[in-house]
Amino acid sequence: MKLEYPQIKPMGDRAILIDFEPEIDEKSLGKLLNVKKIIENELLEEYVEVINAYHSLLIVYNHTIENIYDKVLVLKGLISRANIGKKTNSNIHYVPVCYEEEFGLDLELISRMKNLKISDIIKLHTAPVYTVYFIGFLPGFLYLGGLDEKLQISRRSSPRMKVEKGAVGIGENQTGIYPKSSPGGWQIIGNSPVPFFDKNSNPPCVILPGDKVKFYAITKPQFSQISEEIKSGDFQLKSERYHG
Amino acid sequence: MGEIEVLHPGLYSSIQDLGRNNFRKFGVPQSGVMDSFAAKNANLILSNSDNDPVLEITQMGPKLKFSSPTRIAICGGVLNPKINNIEVFNNKLIPIASGDILSFGKRVSGCRAYISISGGFKSEKILGSYSWYNGISEMEMLEKGIVLYYSELGNSSDTLNASIKVNDDYLDKRLIQVFSGPEYDLLPLALQKSLFEREFHLDINNNRMAIQLKELVENKLKPIITGPVLPGTVQLTPSGKLIVLMRDCQTTGGYPRVLQLSEHGMNVLAQKVLGEPISFEFNEIKGRS
Repeated sequence: MKLEYPQIKPMGDRAILIDFEPEIDEKSLGKLLNVKKIIENELLEEYVEVINAYHSLLIVYNHTIENIYDKVLVLKGLISRANIGKKTNSNIHYVPVCYEEEFGLDLELISRMKNLKISDIIKLHTAPVYTVYFIGFLPGFLYLGGLDEKLQISRRSSPRMKVEKGAVGIGENQTGIYPKSSPGGWQIIGNSPVPFFDKNSNPPCVILPGDKVKFYAITKPQFSQISEEIKSGDFQLKSERYHG
Repeated sequence: MGEIEVLHPGLYSSIQDLGRNNFRKFGVPQSGVMDSFAAKNANLILSNSDNDPVLEITQMGPKLKFSSPTRIAICGGVLNPKINNIEVFNNKLIPIASGDILSFGKRVSGCRAYISISGGFKSEKILGSYSWYNGISEMEMLEKGIVLYYSELGNSSDTLNASIKVNDDYLDKRLIQVFSGPEYDLLPLALQKSLFEREFHLDINNNRMAIQLKELVENKLKPIITGPVLPGTVQLTPSGKLIVLMRDCQTTGGYPRVLQLSEHGMNVLAQKVLGEPISFEFNEIKGRS
């Protein structure tokens, strides 16, 4: 059965799901985010909330949908307008990570399993420009694409009951940062002192879908210094417009 | 400001409103009352607004002492409420005097009850909502010794809807109204059919995040690329477990989404306890072409 994309289907009586081709790549993400922006702008007075994942958009209405067919027609129109392929603006954020022993709990293990020196693991992890696909799982958890294949490693056979806030981990082909302490099954390679979610700010996240992330290694003293700067409000995450 | 001293927190009690919207895109759960029908009724009786924060209590209610006069109402599950050890009733305005103690006895029916208070509970609004959620609000659930705040009752004789007739029949309903989920069409026909013919029972894992069902169904679907989920989404795990996501659920998930509960379906399910039977009832979405 060959499906035609995008697929637009109701998800209950208050939301509509738009599925694009089921693939994870940056070009599709760009198109998805274009559609997202147009829907957010055009349906402003309907108070919809638009959430994106890898290849889908969920449009959540703040009321029960009276006639789903009318809404679908409107959405189809908006999607066709977005196909022009305009590039959305995005930022690149430079995120400090301390890969030292105290934080890199599973570095030894990965080093043995992958036959890589720890310094090589750090090099491989800090080299790519990662793409932020969406935020999910926990408030402020970034779904990042772009992990080097050499670093792909299965999740831990038994998850840790508590992974520290800021822990940087690898699970299969994904890497990410735990924005708060939580149980977790990823292999932990470091920790970032930067807060990824601030409930007292609006928006509570600085890094958004479509943005880029590049990690850089810091020492333990630098980690402590940045933590202090964050506490006193003096830390500024280095971010700039991305021209990829 | 009126104060409520928490003498006993109950099994799981938390302040909730109708939910935290517009922050899902940052991974923030919607939260909010598990049974919106009961919570709205509780507010309506006091002429509060729909979205005023209420106290959601679960199975075993708390013991609360009020510092000054107010009015409360209790709707939803019947948890045998008492004022100063004298029985009071759901769905009615309950006048409170200084020093009154509200307590609960043995559960009669339903699972969750909602306590509204004149003017709503005074709590911190974070990201557009008063709903408590671990990591967002200061508190996650009621704890012994903490204090809740409410407005003192003015002298104005507000118009009260004290005589509202609340229909509680849904507490005994087994049928949970659902729509098809995004991956429903990928299920074999026989399985689609059996979802609506079988009876399911609530598993021990049931809380504000999700309610798991005991019976397993055959599942040959592959996991999906992680996609958006909502409260009311029914996920099917590789082991054949059905997980009904509830108000505190995450915003995305990787299991096939086979069904989607209606708001009414969620309210009915929120009133079920461990071991109780439910069945799904298929609903067409209005205006489908």
